[in-house]
Amino acid sequence: MSTPNSTIEEFAEKEYQYGFVTDIESEMIPKGLSEDVVRLISSKKGEPEWLLEWRLKAYRHWLTMTEPQWHNVHYTPINYQDIVYYAAPKPKKQINSLDEVDPELLKTFEKLGISLAEQQRLTGVAVDAVFDSVSVATTFRSQLAELGIIFGSFSDAVKEHPDLVQEYLGSVVPYSDNFFAALNSAVFSDGSFCYIPKGVRCPMELSTYFRINAKETGQFERTLLICDEDAYVSYLEGCTAPMRDENQLHAAVVELVAHKGAHLKYSTVQNWYPGDKEGKGGIYNFVTKRGKCLGDSSKISWTQVETGSAITWKYPSCLLIGDNSVGEFYSVALTNHRQQADTGTKMIHIGKNTSSTIVSKGISAGFGQNTYRGLVRINPGAEGARNYSQCDSLLLGDKCGAHTFPYIDVRNPSAQVEHEATTSKIGEDQIFYCNQRGLSNEDAVNIIVNGFCKEVFRVLPMEFAVEAQKLLGVSLEGSVG
Amino acid sequence: MLEIKNLHARVDEKEILKGINLTVKPGEIHAIMGPNGSGKSTLAGVLAGRATFDVTEGEVTFNGQSLLELAPEERAREGIFLAFQYPVEIPGVNNMYFLKAALNAIRKHREEPLLNSTEFTKLIREKAKLLELDASLLNRPVNEGFSGGEKKRNEILQMAVLNPYLAILDETDSGLDIDALQIVANGVNVLRSPERAVIVVTHYQRLLNYIVPDFVHVLAGGRIVKSGGKELALELEEKGYGWIEQETRATAGATA
Repeated sequence: MSTPNSTIEEFAEKEYQYGFVTDIESEMIPKGLSEDVVRLISSKKGEPEWLLEWRLKAYRHWLTMTEPQWHNVHYTPINYQDIVYYAAPKPKKQINSLDEVDPELLKTFEKLGISLAEQQRLTGVAVDAVFDSVSVATTFRSQLAELGIIFGSFSDAVKEHPDLVQEYLGSVVPYSDNFFAALNSAVFSDGSFCYIPKGVRCPMELSTYFRINAKETGQFERTLLICDEDAYVSYLEGCTAPMRDENQLHAAVVELVAHKGAHLKYSTVQNWYPGDKEGKGGIYNFVTKRGKCLGDSSKISWTQVETGSAITWKYPSCLLIGDNSVGEFYSVALTNHRQQADTGTKMIHIGKNTSSTIVSKGISAGFGQNTYRGLVRINPGAEGARNYSQCDSLLLGDKCGAHTFPYIDVRNPSAQVEHEATTSKIGEDQIFYCNQRGLSNEDAVNIIVNGFCKEVFRVLPMEFAVEAQKLLGVSLEGSVG
Repeated sequence: MLEIKNLHARVDEKEILKGINLTVKPGEIHAIMGPNGSGKSTLAGVLAGRATFDVTEGEVTFNGQSLLELAPEERAREGIFLAFQYPVEIPGVNNMYFLKAALNAIRKHREEPLLNSTEFTKLIREKAKLLELDASLLNRPVNEGFSGGEKKRNEILQMAVLNPYLAILDETDSGLDIDALQIVANGVNVLRSPERAVIVVTHYQRLLNYIVPDFVHVLAGGRIVKSGGKELALELEEKGYGWIEQETRATAGATA
């Protein structure tokens, strides 16, 4: 008779299904990092002088910094001279329509379930596809442009809207912010840019899909989203990478700006290659994501489903500057096999009557280690601020771990801060109960885990929620232990 | 339908069932009674396939199949339903969704068409009405925050929807007040049919006032020591379990 323990293990065995490599010729610069490399990247992209200067400042600052050690993840040291900092599918020419995109690339994205073909417009999602270091295609650009919405690659934005980029780049995450943000600022190659003008409600979901393909490269993309007064946008980000034995570094920066009355919703389904069962290979995901609720009554919501990466290090945060502004963070983080995640959020209350909600669901299976790390800070001027935090951990098996580090720093006596935390284990009893109703072990674990994550899935955009549920199922296969 | 022969089972190193023999035919209701620790719940658990019990000897056939070789979910799909003594909470999982997944898993196994949400909702409303149960339980997470009575009623509703050949009620009456007891008993009576057999495991005779059994078996020390008709339950109620134990000891002494 199979015991729940052995089934949880079987369940985690399923292979990573996005692990294929696209055979495409790419242009890569030699390994290593120096001022020359920074200059080379900048010149390859034909950047203006101010941007090169900014990169160089970031690089020089990075040299003075050391890699953070405070996190609860362990990995072999990264050799920053052993990474290729720029790779682009060749030939890179001016692309005017999807017909001109390399069919191999289109096929790659088809295989990932991201159709870039225009006839797929019924899905109602505009996609910017980033392959290795470059944005290869953006759909629906012209339709969005009619509403004054700018959506496309970061490189194009630098050329076409330099004023906007210069005004906002680094305004939320300065290049000096942290080690990985400084590195990104020096070498970022592309990413997405989006601007929603005053009063415009973006009629479709905007989406960026990141794909690492080339070997030994790092991916350093930069995303900048600006929502002008009373505008609204819902933005989705997805990512995958091939299975490779060596670790690959992904150090991205995402900056969000919400002006008065604007509402920005940012959802991520992160499914980078997690490494194999023994912990060999996988993506090191060191990402800085931060949003600024600049105007009164603005709102930023982060929703993340983190199932991939060998190491996840990210804290999507909100600076609640405008009065009555709202920050939200909904997270599901799953670690299986040897995966490690240290993730959470920072809610910094600066304006009056600001409020924030944190719902974090950590799932650990196999030998996975899952850490929630969060900061709620109520500044002295943040009269009437409120926060509600809920951190729940679910353990599958007895070799994994869940850790919670909630920091609360209240400097105004009118604040109301609530924190709730639970840790539970999927019980043999729960699985047997499901079995006795006719459900297999696999279905039982899926149902229990999905129930655990319900509060987060509820806030994901519809088609993403379905994806996320499936993804959790796949990521957990063989994990019942 | 169900044939248990010389069934021995243990938990850890302790032998709990020491040779159970029992035959159950379609349409019959059997009550298994006995003092605490006699092995009643172990028997229910072994039939459902709970992994904590180790079957060391004997065999069980169910509708011609060797039951002990089947995984718990396969037994459920073949038509065995266990109403739990302590139904388990599954936080965040909608009761309706859970039951639909369960029913469709069973229907798939039986190569019957799967029910969509509309068909399922219709079915479940009918069953709730039939059992005179409040359908509001359905929109809550599985057993989460349910009172004892609500949990047991939910078990009966699940039973009605999953429509098993053999239903095993494991001390379903424990902790129920008289109103809840009547609702549960009514549910079982409504679901009584010539195709379905029921095993009622209970410590008290009380439930058997409402669910009238065809056979009553007394389990003591891991064996069925006495079987009879419904009047045996009344006798137990009157005299307690002591006299049976004495009688058994006397018989055992005589044969030794």
